[in-house]
Amino acid sequence: MSAKTADKIATAVIVGVAAFIVLVLAGLLGFILYRGVGHISFHFLTSAPETIRKGGGIGPQLFNSVFLLVLTMIITIPIGLGAGIYMSEYAPANKITSGIRLIVEVLSSVPSIVVGLFGLLVIVNLFGFGFSLFSGALALTVFNLPLMVRITEQGLKGVPREQKEASLALGLSKWKTITSVMLPIAMPVILTGTILAAGRVFGEAAALLFTAGMSSPRLDFTNWNPLSPFSPLNPFRPAETLAVHIWKINSEGLAPDAAQIAAGASAVLVITVLVFNFAARWLGRYMYRKFTAIK
Amino acid sequence: MAQSLERQKAKPHIAEEWVGKVYTLLCIAFLITTIVSIVYFVASKGLSTFFVNHVSLTNLVTGLKWSPDGQPPVFGALPFIFGSFSTSILAAVIAAPLSFCAAVFMIEIAPKFGRRYLQPVIELLAGIPSVVYGFVGLSVIVPFFRDVFPGQGVGIAAGALVLSVMILPTITTIATDALAALPKGLKEGSYALGSTRWQTIYRIVLPTTLPALMTGIVLGIARAFGEALAVQMVIGNAPHIPHSLFESASTLTSAITLSMGNTAMGSVANNALWSLALILMFMTFVFVFIVRWLEGRKKL
Amino acid sequence: MLLMVLTLTVALAACGQKNNSSNGGNASEGSSLSGSFLASGSSALQPLVDQVSKKFMDANSGVSVQVQAGGSGTGLTQVSEGQSQIGNSDVFAEEKLDAAKAAELVDHQVAVVGMAAVVNKDITIDNLTKQQLVDIFTGKVTNWKDVGGNDQKIQIINRPSSSGTRATFEKFALGQKSEDLQGSIQEDSSGTVKKLVGETPGAIGYLALSYLDDSVKAVKYEGVEASADNVANGTYPVWAYEHMYTKGEPDAAIKAFLDYMMSDEVQNGDVVELGYIPANKMQVKRDVDGNITK
Repeated sequence: MSAKTADKIATAVIVGVAAFIVLVLAGLLGFILYRGVGHISFHFLTSAPETIRKGGGIGPQLFNSVFLLVLTMIITIPIGLGAGIYMSEYAPANKITSGIRLIVEVLSSVPSIVVGLFGLLVIVNLFGFGFSLFSGALALTVFNLPLMVRITEQGLKGVPREQKEASLALGLSKWKTITSVMLPIAMPVILTGTILAAGRVFGEAAALLFTAGMSSPRLDFTNWNPLSPFSPLNPFRPAETLAVHIWKINSEGLAPDAAQIAAGASAVLVITVLVFNFAARWLGRYMYRKFTAIK
Repeated sequence: MAQSLERQKAKPHIAEEWVGKVYTLLCIAFLITTIVSIVYFVASKGLSTFFVNHVSLTNLVTGLKWSPDGQPPVFGALPFIFGSFSTSILAAVIAAPLSFCAAVFMIEIAPKFGRRYLQPVIELLAGIPSVVYGFVGLSVIVPFFRDVFPGQGVGIAAGALVLSVMILPTITTIATDALAALPKGLKEGSYALGSTRWQTIYRIVLPTTLPALMTGIVLGIARAFGEALAVQMVIGNAPHIPHSLFESASTLTSAITLSMGNTAMGSVANNALWSLALILMFMTFVFVFIVRWLEGRKKL
Repeated sequence: MLLMVLTLTVALAACGQKNNSSNGGNASEGSSLSGSFLASGSSALQPLVDQVSKKFMDANSGVSVQVQAGGSGTGLTQVSEGQSQIGNSDVFAEEKLDAAKAAELVDHQVAVVGMAAVVNKDITIDNLTKQQLVDIFTGKVTNWKDVGGNDQKIQIINRPSSSGTRATFEKFALGQKSEDLQGSIQEDSSGTVKKLVGETPGAIGYLALSYLDDSVKAVKYEGVEASADNVANGTYPVWAYEHMYTKGEPDAAIKAFLDYMMSDEVQNGDVVELGYIPANKMQVKRDVDGNITK
């Protein structure tokens, strides 16, 4: 076989594989959406689930997912940013720092189920938070943190050296330089990364089974006092998220339309993740354009 | 007078600097506390199987029989360990060539089209929740395998196939970065000598990016190793080493999800599950160290 | 009887709806009970407790009940260690906890669950004896033709050994423990068991009566049909209590809740509606060792 034929065959194979991957994704999305989209309606998105009758919705679950995401981000972003800033700006280049870097790497690869078990043992039982949104948010923080740290570090490393030095030369403190000069420039990268990380939180289930629980108390959407046990805003109530709900009705669902609900909920979940992805992309591009235009 | 003014001006600066330093240090301390306490708590629970319940470590790691309710209870986790390794390695075997091809396509063959369409598509694969993968696996792959191959449809093959799609983005992203980072001169030299594109890829690109590709594969295996729900839904969960790829089997994660809620904390059966979690965590560390080692080699 | 239940169900459903929409308006009425407690545990019992707790809270606005699912083992651990006030369980506490810890807990049997062996719809047989089931689940018989069916391989869809459902099935249908067979499928969740039994040729598994529908076929046990009536009058032996454990005697609010759980309104209404068998309908009793008394 001549080199030219081999080249042609190899190219064809590679192009074929690339097409195959696109097909797999298209098939996957098509399958989920085809089965689920027909079931999505305003009623489905807003009403409470039914245990035994038809026609239950996913309203509380959807709300829980969003609320849990917000809680997680409230905890993750300040800590993740701080740790990322330390790693990229303050950490001396020595053995300890590389040890910390290793720790961050290890933390990012701890399986989510181990995080869930840790949450069950420490957050739920030892600290006594019970199965609650707060426990779930803490567990999710554990594996969102390393991601956030890495994103922040990446963002800050991408800031042109001259800009940092110019700011320092003007007599600004290092902290001021970081917060007022470097962070704004790094913002597009950090924001894109954060949104992608948020998408992962939205779909996580394994860790939440053991921390946020598999049940959702009745929510009273007219009661916005965060201390009331029926208030949707109370962070110390058990909360089933959308991903956990899919897992549960797939496995224990008694309602006659459990399969359709699972399909519909999966479709909602996938659509949300898609929206997150596109939002991240769009926002990243928009901000990049804006910042470069200013320059 | 002038001096005190100077000090007044300097003070906020120093305080600010100090606040920043302490704040970021606290954040990093929190991170370290977290990982230390995860290791500590999982280890203390996982090790109590050996120290409190006196199950021997060799029995746990090499035993073939898992029967926590038996008389006497037997804890042999080898079937789970075997299941975890075989599914994740098989998943990597399926995903690695696909990922490499996708990366080559994006960098060498059609950079514009690839960057614009293929990359977002692959990143989307990473964003699909694992429950949804499990759901699709159970509704599509398991019935398909059941009809086509002898056996039950569930098993290592179904688990590996679902996992391979899930780890495809991990490996592809790393492979793409590695290919993109290759010095241009290297490839151009090869082309100048009259090599075809495939010869260049095969002889130059592949060998030089191999450590990076291996990193991607190990990270992919690590991710597959820790995946729980999607695998549990399609693998069948029999605590045995299966005779074929299409026979019900178990992984460490599926054994944990299956029984954790059903056992009371502090009982032997529960502690044994924590030991499985400990093995899982230990393997994660091993994977991280392999990646480190590979990256070290890359720099040489 | 059926008609009565039906009307009751409809009435209750209507009630529930009304309460849902006019929440908070009934704060002035209701009793003087107050308190807040947590019921956690069994995912099989959770729908019932959840539904009843909502009605209870409507009637007693001072009480807040939280219901969580997490598995029987988790529920028992939590009530035993004081993290929750009620532990929901599919099994007796003695089977999961140490004797000392179990002795501190007070058992409240609120409902009964019947279980039936189910097979794929293509299986021709509709009755299995105890011995046949034992042979199948211990792997002695691997083909349906040996128990009177067609020539087809038997595919077991079992539960994990920690499962309460499996413990019940083994104890009362098989009368012995069974090993995990090579190649048997194990699923913890009833939905997945139902799906797999329905789809896999030659499959056999077991399900709570509430999960039965026409995607699978329930077989008789020793000639007795698995029905709520047969469980209640003691002719069908494969059933288990649903327990709600408290640590020591419960306080006023919890006691009121448990009393409400046992009231005719709930027992004949929600319990039946959700596919359980009312505890006060049972004509036989069973203790932790499985001894049956009339």
